[in-house]
Amino acid sequence: MSSQKNLSEEFLKGIWKENPVFIQVLGMCPMLAVTNTAINAIAMGVATAFVLIGSSFLVSLLRKVIAKPVRISTYIVIIATFVTVADYSIEAFSPALHRELGAFIALIVVNCLILGRQEAYASKNTIRYSLADAAGMSVGFAFALFCLGATREILGFGTFFGSPIFGEHFEPWVIMALPPGGFLMLGFVLLFFNWLEHRKKGVAA
Amino acid sequence: MKEVDLTCSITAKEPSSIRLVLTLGIAGLISGAILVFVYQFTAPIIAANKAKALREAVFAVVPNSSYLQELHYKDGKLVKVGEGGAKPGQILYGAYGDDEGFMGYAVVGSGNGFQDTIRLLYGYDPVQRAVKGMYILDSKETPGLGDKIYKDPDFVSQFSHVNVDPTIELVKGGRTADNHIDAITGATISSDAVVKIINSAHAKWDDKTTGTPPEFIKPDPEETTDSEEETK
Repeated sequence: MSSQKNLSEEFLKGIWKENPVFIQVLGMCPMLAVTNTAINAIAMGVATAFVLIGSSFLVSLLRKVIAKPVRISTYIVIIATFVTVADYSIEAFSPALHRELGAFIALIVVNCLILGRQEAYASKNTIRYSLADAAGMSVGFAFALFCLGATREILGFGTFFGSPIFGEHFEPWVIMALPPGGFLMLGFVLLFFNWLEHRKKGVAA
Repeated sequence: MKEVDLTCSITAKEPSSIRLVLTLGIAGLISGAILVFVYQFTAPIIAANKAKALREAVFAVVPNSSYLQELHYKDGKLVKVGEGGAKPGQILYGAYGDDEGFMGYAVVGSGNGFQDTIRLLYGYDPVQRAVKGMYILDSKETPGLGDKIYKDPDFVSQFSHVNVDPTIELVKGGRTADNHIDAITGATISSDAVVKIINSAHAKWDDKTTGTPPEFIKPDPEETTDSEEETK
């Protein structure tokens, strides 16, 4: 099964062709909740990447050992372990970031993107491919978070990575920093990427 | 991870209940072991961070202070919190200057904001009977509006001297008296919450802070910081 695959292809599909956010529309909870600034989005992306890559590695390594009927529970235990490690580490090394992300770090456990990759991919493929797949999905997820976070920060606060980019007279578009802004922006971003995809197909055909 | 391989290598076509229990049990065991290790490693750092954040907040709200000790009200006077600790919510901080002279109290207050509970710290000078500074410890106020209670320097700086008698009052359109706080436009509820929290915390502590402030007691040399034990 895996002999047909190509490592770089497995990695790249997560970034574009099967992007977890733009195409699969997975992981919407953190996508909406912590993308009001670019730095929060990136931190969330990195934390998710750590958990996803770590769990994919373990699940792939143990895929023949884990008994089928309890596989989902075992995945959740593995994922939860990585999430708690990430949670403690962020709190220890960057309390400010931990305060910003709050409960959403712990909620990575129930991010369907991560469990989805374990069930759909890591449990059926070798470690090398699982790592490539997890890394690709992580980059794709982080990229999507960043797109949303950066746009919302620019519109909602008038800043980019915390530094102001407009003059004194810029009136922040407050709703963009609030949850409704997340929904609005997500809609626009999905629209934009689907339009790109359609146009590409149209040209190819 | 190797243990899992050993115990479970006797694979049957239909996994037995024992194997199911073993799989989950071992996964849980390993997970627990990893977490204990990580917790042991990070807990002191997290506690130190919190203690440092608290110290910085106290020194920010009480001008010219550089030492602090935890105080609580016991047998009719304020004393340093000893071995037994104190009930949560019954602690305030005494802040002292370089020469260990008393500079003021720092009091934690909390109450409902617009979104969620706001926790704040304010500095109080019992001689001038005035608030000398305010620092928001915890709040989930609306970004761009309510969060101005800590992001707007014009609002925060008003607290560098506010008389507490008869009470602090929220006004609109500029301060005209020493006990006035000018509300943030568009965030009246959040501004009001801050004022109410300080007023109610002050009402609770007022008669307890009128007496002579307790002396600064140097911590034992064994104790490195005075709030190491905070995060139990």
